[in-house]
Amino acid sequence: MNIIIPAAVAITVLVSIPMMLQWERPPMDSKQQGYRGTGMVQIDNPRIKAKQAASIEIPEAYDPAEVEGTKASEVYENLKVLGDLDQAEFDRLMFAITDWVSPDEGCGYCHNEENLAEDSKYTKIVARRMLQMTKAINTNWSNHVAETGVTCYTCHRGKPVPQNVWALDPGSRQAGGMAASRAGQNLGAPAVGLTSLPYDPFAGNLDKKGLIRVTAPTALPNGHTPHIKDTEKTYALMMHLSTALGVNCTFCHNSRHFANWEQSSPARVTAYHGLAMVRDVNKTYMEPLVDVFPPERKGPQGDVLKVNCATCHEGQSKPLGGIQMLKDYLTELSAAKAD
Amino acid sequence: MAMLSFERKYRVRGGTLLGGDLFDFWVGPFYVGFFGITTAFFSFLGTALIIYGAAIGPTWNIWQINIAPPDLSYGLALAPMKEGGLWQIITICATGAFVSWALREVEICRKLGIGYHVPFAFSFAILAYVSLVIVRPVLLGAWGHGFPYGILSHLDWVSNVGYQYLHFHYNPAHMIAITFFFTNALALALHGGLILSAANPGEGERMKTPEYEDTFFRDTIGYSIGTLGIHRLGVFLALSAVFWSAVCIVISGPFWSRGWPEWWGWWLNLPIWS
Repeated sequence: MNIIIPAAVAITVLVSIPMMLQWERPPMDSKQQGYRGTGMVQIDNPRIKAKQAASIEIPEAYDPAEVEGTKASEVYENLKVLGDLDQAEFDRLMFAITDWVSPDEGCGYCHNEENLAEDSKYTKIVARRMLQMTKAINTNWSNHVAETGVTCYTCHRGKPVPQNVWALDPGSRQAGGMAASRAGQNLGAPAVGLTSLPYDPFAGNLDKKGLIRVTAPTALPNGHTPHIKDTEKTYALMMHLSTALGVNCTFCHNSRHFANWEQSSPARVTAYHGLAMVRDVNKTYMEPLVDVFPPERKGPQGDVLKVNCATCHEGQSKPLGGIQMLKDYLTELSAAKAD
Repeated sequence: MAMLSFERKYRVRGGTLLGGDLFDFWVGPFYVGFFGITTAFFSFLGTALIIYGAAIGPTWNIWQINIAPPDLSYGLALAPMKEGGLWQIITICATGAFVSWALREVEICRKLGIGYHVPFAFSFAILAYVSLVIVRPVLLGAWGHGFPYGILSHLDWVSNVGYQYLHFHYNPAHMIAITFFFTNALALALHGGLILSAANPGEGERMKTPEYEDTFFRDTIGYSIGTLGIHRLGVFLALSAVFWSAVCIVISGPFWSRGWPEWWGWWLNLPIWS
């Protein structure tokens, strides 16, 4: 008995240390998103945001290419996407891509350095498709990426595989039979902001057009089909959006009616197009590459690694803090109409 | 109202905190006192301003009348009357009226020679209100963080402020507060039921003593907290509920800017299982 109480106190204190160390403090930054007094406010810790911004290193843009009028396709072989660029622009872009995607591995990450034109490495096939994707995003998805646009660096950040990607999640190993009642949730998964919500909100929502809008349009749910599980999945996806963008629910929604566009903030329109863009990227560009990738570059279920909001945003409402890298590479990465 | 036998002895001068004998009298059954005057002043002014706010607003619909705090851009400064200034003055009136009421209770306690338990308990309700419209807005640097005065509008505010932190049920202080609210209701239900069972017997039966009440709980759960203890417990549960409610809103924003689910990372990352 004499030892029990001090031991309990000691354990409580020890456990409480990580709990108490994580608190934040005023002053905070706050931004009003709606009419005064509605509580539509984004509160940010300026110290956390500053740290986040400071952690971003933007590779310096190369000097503009000295265009000499020789098309890249006239000099190099096997150009399927960038052949129309001037040779100088092409070279400049290749150097930039190396900085953006494989700064440590160099040109050899995609190319056979004995024969740069050869398609022997799977990474080159993927890179070619990703260039088409980048051009398509910058050309067709301006309602999401606006003038800022994207470059390879928006997602890659100096890594061959972007940090935030997703694949079908089988969940952790668990008991079977009667005890197997997790129903796809209750893991405190980082993908859903450590909530108990379904840990894979992506499958069915970001690879195809899912059932995101679960709110009944009428007062009584006459013929309204979404199940409570659908609602949980929607909330899980929204947790991902919030976490990926570092914003709260009222950044886009007025919670008195989530589904209503009139009461939502303009940011919700951008997010809506973003969800459509992510679906397009996954369906048109990522999934068809499934046979190109080696097994170690796929998910545990053998599906291709796919894109979600965090892939570009990495915790910021504007990827890379809104820095416009594309403006230095407009000719190379934005076509009038991408193929 | 008929006077009770002890009222003649109790209705004497003295025991006031402020104003000496000035307002030390009764109007019918009601004690007035200096703080009765200030209570009346602040309540009438505040209510009149709410009615004025409704009059210059778009609706007389009782549910939709809304007197909103200023835009965040005004910070902790005064705002124009029709753009939140009204809310600021009403807030001063409400705080003034609530504090006056508590001090009037103190004066009555002093006259009666009883403890200050009632004004102490009521001051927790004031604390909760002041936390919402003064403490938290000051910590966040703008009066615009206060809640709007309106039946539906303040509910919309509560909802949106909850969603500012993604999922408010993960707020640890909110969890504690809810637990106290529920336990408080349970304790009051058990206590009310127990007293009625003993003190309100059927026709022709005798009223039972506290020994019966104690025995009921000793037989049921092995322990009875007793006649005085249950009231100490009641005050503790009720005030804890209010106290932790105030804590749960003051920490939301000033001391935590992210989603509340993320707060539990410390638990998920304990070296025991991670």
